[in-house]
Amino acid sequence: MSAKEEILGRIRSALSDAPVAEQTPREYRKSSEMSEEELIEMLVDRLVDYKAGVEVIESAQIPKFVAAKLKDANSVVYPHGLEQQWLSQLPKGITQIADAPGARLSVAQLDATSAVVTSSQVSIAESGTIILDGEPNQGRRAISLVPDHHLCIVPVSSIVQLLPEAMPRLTITRPLTWISGPSATSDIELERVEGVHGPRTLDVLLVRGL
Amino acid sequence: MTQVFLGMPAPGHGNLFEEEPFPQAAHRELGNTQMRKNLRHATHTIRDKRLKVVGELPDWDDLRDSGSAIKNNAMANIEELLLQFEKNFTARGGIVHWARDASEANKIVTELVKATGSTEVVKVKSMATQEIGLNEHLETEGIEAFETDLAELIVQLGHDKPSHILVPAIHKNRTQVRDIFLKEMPGVDPTLTDEPAKLAEAARSHLRKKFLASKVAISGANFALADTGTLGVVESEGNGRMCLTLPETLITVMGIEKVLPQWEDLEVFMQLLPRSSTGERMNPYTSLWTGVTEDDGPQNVHIVLLDNGRTRALSDRFGRTALNCIRCSACMNVCPVYERTGGHAYGSTYPGPIGAILSPLMTGIEAEDNGSLPYASSLCGACYDACPVKINIPEILVHLRGEDVDAKRDTHKLPTQMDLLMKGGSWALGKGKNIGLLEKALPLGRLMAGKNKKIKKLPGIAAGWTQSRDVPAPPNKSFRDWWSDEKESK
Ligand code: SF4
Repeated sequence: MSAKEEILGRIRSALSDAPVAEQTPREYRKSSEMSEEELIEMLVDRLVDYKAGVEVIESAQIPKFVAAKLKDANSVVYPHGLEQQWLSQLPKGITQIADAPGARLSVAQLDATSAVVTSSQVSIAESGTIILDGEPNQGRRAISLVPDHHLCIVPVSSIVQLLPEAMPRLTITRPLTWISGPSATSDIELERVEGVHGPRTLDVLLVRGL
Repeated sequence: MTQVFLGMPAPGHGNLFEEEPFPQAAHRELGNTQMRKNLRHATHTIRDKRLKVVGELPDWDDLRDSGSAIKNNAMANIEELLLQFEKNFTARGGIVHWARDASEANKIVTELVKATGSTEVVKVKSMATQEIGLNEHLETEGIEAFETDLAELIVQLGHDKPSHILVPAIHKNRTQVRDIFLKEMPGVDPTLTDEPAKLAEAARSHLRKKFLASKVAISGANFALADTGTLGVVESEGNGRMCLTLPETLITVMGIEKVLPQWEDLEVFMQLLPRSSTGERMNPYTSLWTGVTEDDGPQNVHIVLLDNGRTRALSDRFGRTALNCIRCSACMNVCPVYERTGGHAYGSTYPGPIGAILSPLMTGIEAEDNGSLPYASSLCGACYDACPVKINIPEILVHLRGEDVDAKRDTHKLPTQMDLLMKGGSWALGKGKNIGLLEKALPLGRLMAGKNKKIKKLPGIAAGWTQSRDVPAPPNKSFRDWWSDEKESK
């Protein structure tokens, strides 16, 4: 008998009393009524609590803020589907590298890159969570992981209050990365310390009109 | 009639055993005052944080009700869900393996690693691989496993054992962590201080090269979604993302009970889990992957579905809800027994209130000293109140105590002291007159106590109670007597 057959057989005999579970109640909150301003305020509050840098800006200001946030970088990687114009004001000295199909950066190249700029799919105000799903403007998982500084663009139209509101906006079979602040640990005396293996700096631009 | 043998649930093996009676282990651990101080500090910090973030959600109890029902449904339909998961995970390029027990899982993983030609693996914290003793097994096969979670790293470098499921090094304080790093971490800065941020940075530079060069990673999983074939890992440091993204081969070892019916169920568990475990609104990183994604992440993706006693737990109709556990650790953080004894006293990979039921359910109550675990509780109920999936741990503890008494009776063929105590208890509590009679013996207890009004040693099995504490002498008058005297004098 294969291990699979045997385990399934064990399950059948373990459940020989044929338990019937109750209907699943789903009384928890599934929708919210928050205004755009309230959503922004809540998300900012959560992100600041996680020690992320946050700016609320207009879409026309993106190039200026991207340049300001990345002024200390030597090189910046971006996913090939990112709006090129967002990087248009980066100082000349900063190398810009696109990670594109057929022209992927190696792990060593990513490690030598100081920052990454991506967009994002959906953000949850209540928990301060930004979700990336591998769309061409967000890129492969490795690019938002290896560089030590992640600058993430969050369109205000992509903010919801509750996690259940975010679910319909996700394609679950894509590789998903949920980000709530820069990397952190609570492993020493259960006190949170920011900055371990993931990007130690997370900057977020919340963009109105996007 | 011929009986078709379909496989009876078999007990689990590996690191699931209490090797000495709990009171004995607890007595030794209680002597470690530094550990008790560390634990007290850490568990109290986390309790306050948890209460604060749980209090923020007006629908917390609705989420718990949903979480509990989803899990009950998943366990009732687990065969169908596992098959569905297998089909979907396979359809997207993943490979599914099944392991009856710890040694079979270890063998499968070893073969998979050997097939890559690699002699090193990086690991994301995983309870399942701890349970099966994977690292030790790999070592005997010439494969070195590097733990990458900070707390696991502290435990591994310190040649220690985990004592908590979420924060395995909770029994160490910052100074002890620094000392371990200074002694055991190759190339560590000798001026390292005990500031947690500096310690985290030391771990970062120590592991960075490993992450970037590793070809094989081994992970656990917090969830498997049947209807999509998706796996999820919840973490904080980014070591999980490193392991799940950069290597060519990813091997996940997961207990079969982790399967959830549908992907929408995530919206419940991703609210319950982070708030219950680290007391955060959300953990810094969650990764979800469905088989293989071309051009993104590992291209050889495996999962080992592990039984190792889970079907045995499932066969216990009064105990099977223990399998609903999402390993948040809230129950141990609120447990007065755990806070004092620490995790090592429980022997098994699973300590605290959940361990006290899960270990004997997976191995059978008669295995090693696991029969002593259900007594590692005062039945105060704090664990039940904290549990995000509402596992009624006290009720299962009592059920398992009954099993333990039955098992001992079967082996001794004589009524044990516990039997007599239980009988005595039901006689005493059965009728007011009887307990009244018993109370007449109270002054006898005062005699036992002697001058300092403390009983140092109780007789028989009750001796366990006095092994690490004194019992105050009973009053010379029972409450019932005092009450009737009071009434008369009015
Ligand atoms: S039993 Fe409940 S509280 Fe304890 S670890 Fe499991 S889910 Fe958390």
